[in-house]
Amino acid sequence: MKKLLILSGKGGTGKTTVAGALIDLFRAKAYADCDVDAPNLHLIIRPTEEAKTTEFYGMDKAEINPDLCVSCDACRTHCRFHAVEVQDGTYRIDPYACEGCAVCTAVCPADAVSMKPAGSGELYLYEGERVFSTARLSMGSGNSGKLVTAVKQQLYAAIDTAATEIVVLDGSPGIGCPVIASMSGADFVLIVTEPSVSGFSDLKRILATAHGFGVKTGVCINRYDVNEAQSDAIESFCQNEGIAFLGRIPYDPNAVRAVNEGIPITKTGGEAAKAMKKISLTLSAML
Amino acid sequence: MKIAVLSGKGGAGKTFVSVNLAAAAESARYLDCDAEEPNGHLFFKPTDTTEETVTVPLPVCDAERCTGCRTCVEFCRFNALAYVGDKWMVFPEVCHSCGGCTLVCPEQAISERKEPIGTAVRGTSGNVRISSGFLNTGEVSAIPIIETLLGDADADGLTVIDCPPGSACTVMESIRDADYCILVAEPTAFGVHNLQMVWELVSLFHKPHGVLINKSTEADNPAETFCKENGVDVIARIPYEPTIAELVSEGKIAVREDEAMRTFFAELLTQIENTVSGEETLL
Repeated sequence: MKKLLILSGKGGTGKTTVAGALIDLFRAKAYADCDVDAPNLHLIIRPTEEAKTTEFYGMDKAEINPDLCVSCDACRTHCRFHAVEVQDGTYRIDPYACEGCAVCTAVCPADAVSMKPAGSGELYLYEGERVFSTARLSMGSGNSGKLVTAVKQQLYAAIDTAATEIVVLDGSPGIGCPVIASMSGADFVLIVTEPSVSGFSDLKRILATAHGFGVKTGVCINRYDVNEAQSDAIESFCQNEGIAFLGRIPYDPNAVRAVNEGIPITKTGGEAAKAMKKISLTLSAML
Repeated sequence: MKIAVLSGKGGAGKTFVSVNLAAAAESARYLDCDAEEPNGHLFFKPTDTTEETVTVPLPVCDAERCTGCRTCVEFCRFNALAYVGDKWMVFPEVCHSCGGCTLVCPEQAISERKEPIGTAVRGTSGNVRISSGFLNTGEVSAIPIIETLLGDADADGLTVIDCPPGSACTVMESIRDADYCILVAEPTAFGVHNLQMVWELVSLFHKPHGVLINKSTEADNPAETFCKENGVDVIARIPYEPTIAELVSEGKIAVREDEAMRTFFAELLTQIENTVSGEETLL
């Protein structure tokens, strides 16, 4: 089983459009949306089955029992996340600031603080002929890396990994915890970039992150014709650095139409669809 | 006044809007809180830059004092510590720097050292003072860098906060002190889905807010419909314009190149200032 992960560094370059196209072209039987912060894959690969929904618990969070609290202020002074608030003399925990470290429970002389399970998102599993795992992180939650790991585990538990040829994972923007969590175990990271100074700068940072974790990478440029000089610069950078360059996708008005109609770009028959077909052939030869 | 610019979805135009809003003001401070993939400096190209290393505390253990009791290992909720084969270990990538291990160690064997995780780079570009965060690659959390940057916000005067994408902890931290939030939305089904998530976030924190529809193509699009149905103010629309897209791809600041853009962003700023001062009068 090959695990293909789609990343971009910069947001909005077309990760989900590319992931949706590759799921269609590879006829992938298993795929997941690891962008738990802003999941979108379900909007173009519309599952017909009912989702099996599971509550996701991140870190436990602290809770102060006001009947036991002696207002000694020890929890507030020791909390490094500014999660202890005092309102009208009553101590309480701000659940959005609490990271669940339990330092407050260790310093409280009155045993007034305890750790309680806290839901921080939901996992969704669609099981039919194809298996799709996705999730949504609760707003302002700090458990995105853990939830990404749970999305992948949920997928792998639901499929016959020996009989599955390829798994496609749609990643999140950035280089931090959800991205790092999505990269662990990936066989190949396809990075979708765009021909702009921002796209190029972010590409270098995501490549450095991926190489730091020893993951194989390849690059494709979306909407390459918006700035061909930048596209040339990115392609020659890849050649000089020995990074696989998989191809260019043109700007195609069908891309917006496909998103709004909820279909993969490959179903539109436009120029972007043709380019994706070529990229998928190069990619499958490399996998 | 502090204006935070956020979008949920990446690539909607957060940096474009925040850079141009700051550049259109008489004087402003611009904070690039998207420390995972900061891009504002590519546009401002700040000069006279200074660099501050941002560090987090990381536990170190004095092997002479450590008795191998594992109290710290059992206490750590992040599984960042281990004691294997007479050796104490810390896994920096999962340590949250809470300081718990130093507190619970019965031998006072654990102290903390400063671990660099990134930088805050400060400089100027014309009328704008810039503070940009850069998370080192391989590091997990940009929150300490965002906290450092927010410390640069001016008490008086305009501060524009360029937020990270998404709606998780880094975004929440970035909007914490904001007086107003601009939600940049793309007129696509993806854009709307993510707009809803950040809209819920700013509503939860009772932040005054309005939506800016970027790359708008036609009046009837999913973002407009969403705002209408939910009673969300659309404060501005920027039509998709290939010449603007090209300026952006070259790292140029639209208000410094194009008079119409300058007028547009100056008016947007006045409009937001009026809204915020109106809210204050109400209070």
